[in-house]
Order: sequence, then structure tokens, then C-alpha cells
Amino acid sequence: MLSHHAAAPEKKPVSRNGKHLTIALAGNANVGKSVIFNQLTGSHQTIGNWPGKTVESAKGFLDFEGYNITIVDLPGIYSLSTFSIEEIVTRDFIAREKPDVIINVIGAPVLERNLFFTLQLMEMDMPMVVCLNQIDLAESKGIKIDAAGLENRLGIPVVPTVASRGQGIRELVARAIETAKSPENTIATRPVAGEVIKDRPVPEAGRRGRHGRRRRHRRGARFRGGIDTGLTALAGLIDSENLDLDYPSHWVALKLLEGDATITDLVRAKSEKVIAASEVLARQTEEVYKQPRFAAVASERYALANEIAGDVQIQAVSKPTFVERLERLTTQRVFGYVTSVIVIAGLLLWTFTVGNALSTLLSDALSFFQPVDPQISGSFWSILWNGIFGGFVAGVTLVLPFVIPFYLLLAIMEDSGILTRVAFMLDSAMHQMGLHGKAIIPLILGFGCSVPAIAATRIMGTRRERLLASFAVTFAPCTARTIVVLGLVAVYVNIWWALALYVIDLIVMFIAVKVAVKVIPGDTPGLIMEMHSFKLPSLSVVLKQTWARTRSLIFLVFPLYMIGSAAVQTLYVYGILQPVSDFISPLTVSWLGLPGIAGILLIFGFVRKEMILLTMTVLFGANLAAVLTPVQLIVLALVGMLYIPCLSTVGILVKEFGWKSALAISAANLATAILIGGIAAKILPYIV
Amino acid sequence: MSNSTEEYLEALYSLRRETEPVSTSALSKRLNIAPASVTEMMHKLAEKGYVKYSPYHGVTLTSKGYRSAEKMTRKHRLLERFLHDVLKIGNDKVHKEACEMEHALSDETARAMCQALESPDSCPDDGQLIPACDLGFSSCEECRKWGQDNPEKISKRKSSVVSMSDLKENQEGLISFIRGDNNVLRRLLDLGLTPDTKIKVCRVSPLKGPVEIACRGSRLALGDEIARNVFVEKVAN
Repeated sequence: MLSHHAAAPEKKPVSRNGKHLTIALAGNANVGKSVIFNQLTGSHQTIGNWPGKTVESAKGFLDFEGYNITIVDLPGIYSLSTFSIEEIVTRDFIAREKPDVIINVIGAPVLERNLFFTLQLMEMDMPMVVCLNQIDLAESKGIKIDAAGLENRLGIPVVPTVASRGQGIRELVARAIETAKSPENTIATRPVAGEVIKDRPVPEAGRRGRHGRRRRHRRGARFRGGIDTGLTALAGLIDSENLDLDYPSHWVALKLLEGDATITDLVRAKSEKVIAASEVLARQTEEVYKQPRFAAVASERYALANEIAGDVQIQAVSKPTFVERLERLTTQRVFGYVTSVIVIAGLLLWTFTVGNALSTLLSDALSFFQPVDPQISGSFWSILWNGIFGGFVAGVTLVLPFVIPFYLLLAIMEDSGILTRVAFMLDSAMHQMGLHGKAIIPLILGFGCSVPAIAATRIMGTRRERLLASFAVTFAPCTARTIVVLGLVAVYVNIWWALALYVIDLIVMFIAVKVAVKVIPGDTPGLIMEMHSFKLPSLSVVLKQTWARTRSLIFLVFPLYMIGSAAVQTLYVYGILQPVSDFISPLTVSWLGLPGIAGILLIFGFVRKEMILLTMTVLFGANLAAVLTPVQLIVLALVGMLYIPCLSTVGILVKEFGWKSALAISAANLATAILIGGIAAKILPYIV
Repeated sequence: MSNSTEEYLEALYSLRRETEPVSTSALSKRLNIAPASVTEMMHKLAEKGYVKYSPYHGVTLTSKGYRSAEKMTRKHRLLERFLHDVLKIGNDKVHKEACEMEHALSDETARAMCQALESPDSCPDDGQLIPACDLGFSSCEECRKWGQDNPEKISKRKSSVVSMSDLKENQEGLISFIRGDNNVLRRLLDLGLTPDTKIKVCRVSPLKGPVEIACRGSRLALGDEIARNVFVEKVAN
């Protein structure tokens, strides 16, 4: 079992009579896999990371007719190659952990593309059941699928479901258990894992119309020109060499034919003979197909997927539905941009309206908290009260009320499919920066809080893209920065300067990322993204997503808020901050033109950006205009926005990219802040 | 083929429109040659089967003419890349230099240049697309693999291909050739863009943004740098 994963909230006892099962959910993205996972497991879920990988793992538990079932939700992927970490995680899990049965969730509206993945799973020779989901969506598009026919063609159980309404879920679990318990009772007689593949008769509807002739075959795609025979021979050779691999031999043979780097290295370490034989077969394949080896394999898989889909689905020619018209409208050259603006502006407007109301409510509820003066109450008390509890109150009243409504609406937009249209429309704009359309999602998230936004850069693919997107996020005006800008500038200067700071911030982000794109080596890969259909968002998926993002805030940001606040409070009380502040005064006073106290403010602000404002209020009372000139207020807000991302952001950067990258990003931010702040201090006196 | 014929064909290639013929006056402006000489040349090219010419209406490239024109344009833009990237010649000079050199560039050298430059897709001065080669490969990997073969022996493409980024909304095509490195190729193959697969362009976004295509029942957004390297055989609809 997955003993190395995060412990389950309720660890079910594993019974000895085989009443415990592990089911893995596998499939493409956006086929309703998460909805099924939530349906099956309810609230019995643990969400964490795959060990050592920045890929989310979700595990849940289900009691069903006396069985204790562990359900593992594998990442949504399109193929079992090794280009993305998600694909490696899935492959390794299936091969090493050997779940009792795999439920392959496929989206009925996109049957053919989904079958490409199904065929690859079948190649791994694990007990599996196909869950034909979203049949309602398919029907609305005029697609009818013969589930029984599909079951016959694939030779594995197929259960049609509408997961969003819970239809077919019971039968799905029942057939999954049946398959796990007695795979030989299901339609296909399955070879025992590890045994040499015995060719089985094809179902009557034979391939390529060879009626009446029972061809013997392996599961999955087949090849012409004697390649099939070659593959069987290669699998035989792998068996006779006793390589002791986790994977079935014919799958290894196929992966060697494809030229899969991971498997090739694995086998090469054990048997050069097998590698040599596979190279001969690969050359033969390329001769026959006149295509690279991996393209030949992909082509044959798709040919079979196409054939099966063609046999079992009927596509009625239908007029575009209302939803389809709406989809087209959202990428139209005028309405597309209008939609994008409405989506982003609506999201921010909603966040500030709802957030403000919630924040006021919570502040009133927690109004008994007042910072104390260390001179009066003594240092220990002040550290505890101002630091730890102050950090907690700030998180509850200033961050959560804005961030939760924000994530809620964002999750609804994501699940509905509208956000992919925004990414589509803004791709060329993002290209100006050196990123592509998908980066818009973490960037928008960054308007809430940088921490979940940086976690969300995982959708970006390569490490370089993730790093660049995260760098952009560190400049995004998050809620804490907004508080500083509004509190210092909108209140004491005017709202226009506050808005101007936003614009300056975005321009700085744009330029900084453009520079980073040049500095960090590598190409910017283009956008490749599935445009899935609009659908009604699923409440369970939306809530889960909102919680997942809020969780990272509570578990990472809150502790750092509290500890960090206590730490700087301690330093302050024992008078250590003053020398540090004096030390950096050439920078803060001479270059940035700020008062001497600014050094301390900025040190506090490193823990939580809004501390810049709060500390000032504590020190100088309500009227900051009496202490700072408008120029100083603007420069302080500007520097506060741009300098080192806050402690929590540095924390997530370390977690996702390691110390070096986190330090590099922080240094770049600091340099930008000093540069821009200094320029502003020199120019602003002539403007304001 | 004479140098001037090649120059005419190149000009026609860059001036061509989907349906309308190119006017001789536009051609004369472009090449800076008197209209009378242009008309005379058009008659000659029509005789040789490169163009269809109807006086007062304009010129259209025949498929033979189109293929030659595309090949010349490809050589021209490849040379620009080579001059710019390898020899570090300034952007203001590469066009003129390439104009002189392109006529002497053999197919074999053009192919070697394309391989050495790792299948470039745009020319350096104005970012225009470098057309696909006319070799019968479906990916650059094949060209690299069978690179030692005698170029004369490599079969040519049966029909001409256009870049996906040049398709209009609702146009359909069969995937024919995907240019670039194996990583992009593999990802596209995984999503179903295998050779001879039918795709339809659903949406072209402004400002060189992505295209949305329908392929095997799914819809995909491909950024311009991906789409311009996917070449299809147009399907009449």
C-alpha cells in the first residue's frame, strides 16, 4: 500500500480476508475524473504531493458492500510517455503499486482521443474497467455511443455514467470489484501478470474486416509488415533474459520500439542483447512505416482508436447548440476580448466587494485585538500578543475574506471552461512577455495571493516556464499589496495615484519577465491546450479546488505569518531592528528619500506586506499624511509592492524550486524595487 | 529557369491571395520593372505553364508555378536565416544578399542548411514564414534520419502543403508534415495529429494568436509558433 504517502485521516484497518482493494482512476484531463473521485469518496480524502514530485496526489476511501476500498486519483494525462512528470507518476504508480483495478474514465464527447489513452493502459495489462462518462454531454452534441459494442471491441467492461448526477456510479464500482476479484470472469481472458502473453482470439468483429478468420492478437494496437511478430519475439527475448522488470514484457517491448528513454535506460542496464534486438526492430518499423518509430506507434494506436470509435458511435449531424454558439462567441475577435475583460474585471470586482464586507464583519468580531505598546506591557507579552496573535488576526481579517471568495469564483470559472477561452484570447498578449496563454491562470490567481498562484504554475509544463510564470506572479498585486497601496496612497494622496501604482506594477512585471526570458536559457514552447466544452460547474469540484488553494494558505501562510511576526517583534523589542535600519539607511533615506523609520517598516513588511501600513498606524496614529509627504507615501507603497516577495512567497518558491531559485527571484525583486523606487523618488517631486 | 523568372515567381508568391489574381501593376511596383516588360514576361511564364494570365484581370500561379515559387521563397528565407544567425549579417542587408545567392543554391545545400539551422520557421527581417520543403517527409526527424541518402532518391511530396496558420476559419486539411523538434511532434501525435488526420480550423484569433482546431472530435488551441509549423494538404470544402 501507499504507506509512504500522507497518512489518511481515518486509517481503515486492512482486513486479512482480501476485503481490501485499491482502485486507481486514470484518464484524460476534463473528463469528469475528479467528479467521480468526489462521488466515490465523499469527504474521506487526503490531498498531498506524490513523493518527491510537484504533482498533486489525491487519495480517498470508500466502503462498498463490505469492501474497504482505497481510491487513488491519478493525474489527468493524454499519453503514457515520459514527457511530463504527471505521465511518469501515472506509469510508475500503475507498474509499481499494481492497483487491483484501474478505472479508466473516458469522456464520451471525445471518444476517439480518449480511446488512444485507453489502448495504452490496456497495453500495461492491468485489470481495468472503462467508465464512459459524460454521456449526457455527448448526447447534447448528437453523439450516441453503443456501450455494449465498445465493451465487445475492447474486451473489458464498459460502464456508461453521468457522474455529475451520480448515474451509473454504483454499477461502476460493482464491476470494478468484480474485475479486481476475478479478472478471468470478465469478457477478456486476461493473462496473469508477469506471464508470457498468450495470444487470444479476437472478438468476432475482427480488425480490418477479415471476417470469418479468427486472428490471434495482443491487446492494443497492431502493426503491419511483420512488426507484430517482431514485437512478440522481442517480448519473448525479454522473458528469457529474466530482466526482473516491474512492467509486463510485451509492454516493455513496445516501449523499446517507441524509443522510450526511461525504459531503454532501464533495460540497457540489464541486457544489451534486448536493446540490440529492439534497435533492429525499430529500424524495420521505420522502413515499413517511413515515419519515426514513435510516430509509427502513435499512428497505429490512433488508427485503432479511430476504427473502434467509428464502429461504436453514431454522430448525428446537428445544428450547433446554444452552448456551442456561446463557445464560438467567446473566442470571436471582438467579443472574445470583451469576455476576457468581463471575466477578469468581474472576478476582481466580486473579490473586493465581497471581501470588503466579510473583512469588516470579521474585524468587528475580532475588534478586541489591539496592539499593545511594549513600553507598558513588557516585552514578552508584547511579542506574544503583537506577534503571534496579531499575525493570526491579520490573516483572518485581511487575507482570508478576500482570498476565499476570489478562489471560489475562479474555481467556478475554471470548471465551466470559460478560463480556457481567456487563455486563448490572451495568448498573444502573454507572448509579448515571453509566456503563453496558460500563464494567465496563475497570474490571475496572483491577484489573490502569490502562494497558491505559484503552486498553480504546475499547469505550465516545463520548469523554465513555471519559473518564469512564478517570477511574474511575485509582481502581481496581491491582496496584501493592495491593502498597502490603498491604505497609504488612496487614503492619503488620492485614488488616481493608487491606480497609477497598479499600472506601474504591471508594467514593471512585464519588463522584468521580458528580461528574465532573455536571461534564463531555453525556448518558450508554444501553447497546446485542449478547449473543452462549456459545462455547468460541479459544486464538489469547485469546493474542493477552493479548499485546496485556501489550504496552502492556512498551512503555509498562517504559520509563517505568526512565527515571522513574533520574530520581528522580538528583534524590535530587543532593539536589534534599529541598527539594521540604520545600516540600510543610505538606501532608504538617501536613495529612496524615505524617513529613517522606513527600514524597520520594510523589515516588518517582509513578513507580511500589509505590516508596512499596520506598523505605521501603530507608531504614528491615524493621520499618516502628517508624518510622510505624498511623494514619500507613493515611494513607500511602490517599494513595498516590488521589493522581496513576502516570507510566505519565498517559502513556496523554496518548496517548488529550491533555495537558489528562490534567492535569485528575491534578489531580482529587490533590485527592481530599489531601481524603480529610486527613480520615482527623483522624478515624483516634480509631478505630485 | 532563369534568375528573372525566379524573381517573378517569388514576387507572385508573396503577392498571392486566396481567390483574386495578382494585378500586373502590383507586380511591376513590387519588382520595380516597367508594366510593359511585366506583361511580356507574364506571357512567357504562361507559355511555360507557371502562371495563368488573363489581360486586364491579372495573374495566378498554376500548381507547377506555385511549387517553384514556394521553393524559391524557401531558399530565399533560409538564406536570410543563415546570413543572420550564422554569419551575423545585419537585418538590413540579409534580404538583398539572399536575393543574389538564392539562384545558385542547390536543393541539396538548402536541405543541409535547413538541418544545420534546426528547421527554422521564419525569416529574420520581417518574421515571414519559411515554407515547408517539398520532400516527402512527415517530420524533420525523418529528414535527419535518412539524411545520408542521395537527395535525388528522396521522394517528393505528392501535393503541396500549406501552414495551418495560413488556413482560414472553417477550412479543412489533412496533416502532412510537422516541422520542428521531436518534443512538439510527440505532443501533437499524442493529441491525435498523426499523418493524414483530418483537421478543421474553427477559430483564428487576431494578432498572431492561437488557432482553434477540431481534430478527432476534440478541440485544441495551438499557439502560432506551433500552428505555423504544422503543414496540411488542403481539403476542398
